[in-house]
Amino acid sequence: METPQSGGRAAPLLEVDGVTLAFGGVKALSGVGFDVRPGSITAVIGPNGAGKTSLFNTISGFYRPTGGSIRFKGQDITSVPAPRRARMGLGRSFQNIALFRGMTVLDNIKLGRHAHLKTTVLDALLYIGRASREEAELRRDIEERIIDFLEIDHIRHAPVSALSYGLQKRVEMARALAMQPEILMLDEPVAGMNREETEDMARFILDVREEWGVTVLMVEHDMGMVMDLSDHVVVLNFGQVIAQGAPATVQTDPEVVRAYLGSGDVDELRRRLRTSGVTEGSA
Amino acid sequence: MRIGTLKETYVADAALFDSRTQKIWLVVAGALLVLFPFVASDYWLYLACLVSINVASATGLNILTGYTGLVSLGQAAFMGLGAYTVATMESTMGTPFALNLLCGGVVAMIGGLVVGIPSLRVKGLYLAIATIAASFITHFLFANLSFTGGTGGLSIQPASWFGLPLDTSFRIYWLIVPVTLLMLLGAANLFRTRIGRAFIAIRDRDISAEVLGIPLLRYKLLSFGLSSFYAGVAGGLWAYFFRVVTPESFPLLMSIFFLAAIIVGGMGTILGGVLGAVFMTMVPELLKFVFDLIPGGAGLTVFLSPVRTIIFGLLIIGFLVFEPHGLAEIWRRVRRYFHLWPFRN
Amino acid sequence: MMDWAYLFEISLTGVAGGGLYSLAALAFVIVYKATRVVNIAIGEMLMAGAYLFFTFAAMFALPIWLAIPATVLGSGLLGAMIERTMIRPLLGEPPISVFMVTVGLGSVLVGLVEVIWTADQRRLPEFLPAQPIMIGDAFLAPKIFWGAVIAVIFIAAVLLIFRFWRGGIALRATASDQAAAYSVGINVPRVFSLAWVFSAMIAAVSGIIVGSIGGISSSMGVFGLSVLVVVIVGGLDSVLGALIGGLFIGLVEALAGAYLGGEYKLLATFIVLVAVLLVRPYGLFGTHEIERL
Repeated sequence: METPQSGGRAAPLLEVDGVTLAFGGVKALSGVGFDVRPGSITAVIGPNGAGKTSLFNTISGFYRPTGGSIRFKGQDITSVPAPRRARMGLGRSFQNIALFRGMTVLDNIKLGRHAHLKTTVLDALLYIGRASREEAELRRDIEERIIDFLEIDHIRHAPVSALSYGLQKRVEMARALAMQPEILMLDEPVAGMNREETEDMARFILDVREEWGVTVLMVEHDMGMVMDLSDHVVVLNFGQVIAQGAPATVQTDPEVVRAYLGSGDVDELRRRLRTSGVTEGSA
Repeated sequence: MRIGTLKETYVADAALFDSRTQKIWLVVAGALLVLFPFVASDYWLYLACLVSINVASATGLNILTGYTGLVSLGQAAFMGLGAYTVATMESTMGTPFALNLLCGGVVAMIGGLVVGIPSLRVKGLYLAIATIAASFITHFLFANLSFTGGTGGLSIQPASWFGLPLDTSFRIYWLIVPVTLLMLLGAANLFRTRIGRAFIAIRDRDISAEVLGIPLLRYKLLSFGLSSFYAGVAGGLWAYFFRVVTPESFPLLMSIFFLAAIIVGGMGTILGGVLGAVFMTMVPELLKFVFDLIPGGAGLTVFLSPVRTIIFGLLIIGFLVFEPHGLAEIWRRVRRYFHLWPFRN
Repeated sequence: MMDWAYLFEISLTGVAGGGLYSLAALAFVIVYKATRVVNIAIGEMLMAGAYLFFTFAAMFALPIWLAIPATVLGSGLLGAMIERTMIRPLLGEPPISVFMVTVGLGSVLVGLVEVIWTADQRRLPEFLPAQPIMIGDAFLAPKIFWGAVIAVIFIAAVLLIFRFWRGGIALRATASDQAAAYSVGINVPRVFSLAWVFSAMIAAVSGIIVGSIGGISSSMGVFGLSVLVVVIVGGLDSVLGALIGGLFIGLVEALAGAYLGGEYKLLATFIVLVAVLLVRPYGLFGTHEIERL
């Protein structure tokens, strides 16, 4: 599928090509294709049930697509197992927070680095030597780069089950960052947050791109976030891509409007609202 | 919440025993452990050795069930593998006990891998059922293989330390307790590293763990192999302690004993494994004591075994329903009370 | 030169005996289908039923037509009590906890049996017709035959109930999503209770038959291991799977016992278990749950 790239330079970091995912007779995804340019912020939007999380799960390696392919950094990863994708640089946060309740905030974050660490069982049992050096190095790195950055130093030893929703989401993000990702996949990073928390998260996402050079791919419902932050928007409905491009283009695409509001004709929609007595708000 | 424990370096924050009070208690405990065999009677020495062996095995099971969330009813079977390995090596080759114990652990670990590879690819339930089956299979093997002495079992020469036979409780205490302490230290260290964290992640949310970079099958097998290794070494110690192994020495009930131990003690904490093993080892002794007190108690000894079985089951059910975090949690609550006590009005 | 007649006779006995496995497996599946609980103590519940029958029929010398219903009712009561005291409180806890509770339950039942009735083997009073059954030239022990007949009747009845009674749907709804079941008006605790009551009753019937064939003892629970393999082969939540799996395992064990020796029965079952886990872990008819991240 042709992807309009504003001044396209480098090769795409992630290429999703004709991906189809079927569970028995149900097609969660049909022929989904788009590219993610390095250093960009790409948003995947669509009504509920459109297949956004299934798409993420397929890219992560949790689901095996029934058709199509996925390329990351030029390599075909369609049959690469999920843990290896994590090591290659595919970081991820989850829609319904997937923190490990039996561990503290710090341990959860440290877990994100798992695939890059080298400690073996024997090292671990002994601890002195390789394991303690690696752990100290890890701790230092996380404290200085992640905990500081996300402003969660006051809760680092707290059990995650004791945290508020907003803080848990931030710890999720921290853990995803600990994965040293080249592409950070955020599944609804601001779901359920108030205005202030949303703005904080938006700031973090922009900073992550600026300071860390991480490419962001996010699923989001908050249209303000999507329009303000993204360089590229992909719209899914019923498992298919119905539009993609710059935020402004996608916003007025009749297909997109139809998917969300039931009718593709924006003028028609306005007329209907007027005649039903509802005051016309800003366009 | 402990006060006055400011840490100034990350390394200090990550230490196992991080406050001065804890370090003092550690030294006291160490001194007690060293003094104990000199002042204790034979009966208490016997109990101490038994408790120690149980602590070692329970810690192994805790790694698998408490930390990784995989139920196993095969702890006894793997102990049996370790015990028979030690018995066979000691009697046919006379190799040093350290080597025998290590081999006991390795053989048990291999047994664990054989059981684990088919069953860990699916849900944890299948591992539990496979371990029950493994119990019966090992029993069958112990009773029927040519070199395992059949139903009569094998008797074992005492371990020897540079020619000195470790044939009394006093002497073998100095083998069993240090080995157990090493195993405890290893387990505690494990959970300060990525390996331990991966185990906990598998218990809490294994599907997400995989996407975050943890190969599930490999780590489940690792956990099971490690726990079987611990069981094997504990079984080897058992063999050197009791000096006789038979196919009936490691029944399914013993696996249930260990499961009860970690549930009662507190799954997922090293302290829990210790408390649970101590508690459960004392239960049959307490029972014997109670039966002796009851008038006409001599006739009740036939009920000792079944009542013990009932109590194991009731402890499992009771703690899971009323105090799922076990004695370790109760201990934590007591400690917290005393920490805050100076601040109460 | 293969003795076909012998093979046929052994197979017949195996399949018929497998019917009993199917019945016990049915008791397991009912609880799993309704509550997602894996009851590892299914063998011990079977044993409890057998001992209850022994108490009513032999110790209290009740006539058979009274002893059997009394046993079934008593077992139902036991099932309800188990559910109320140790299963219900663990609603919402990770499934591993309930699983371990059933391990404890098995232990308690075995201990109780040994305390009350001692560990000795006992015989149950005869009540099944005793004429040998001949199918062609093959001999089939009458108890096994009638046991299989009773088992098949029960299984057919349960299959029909689940198919046509809306309670069957309620059962499945409760299993897959308790909160949703509540919100459409299903009395979830009642469904749980009923599942355990029926399961215990069926386990009791199974126990009576198995006990009649081979006597009762406190180690009868080992029957449960074969039953667990049956439900893995057939699928944890499949009634049809319990039937087919039971017949299959019965056949395998009979053949192993006849051609290799009695001690090899359990080994053969274990090999089947390993094979199934490697090839079709969700069993022949079980539902493969699709996990969501």
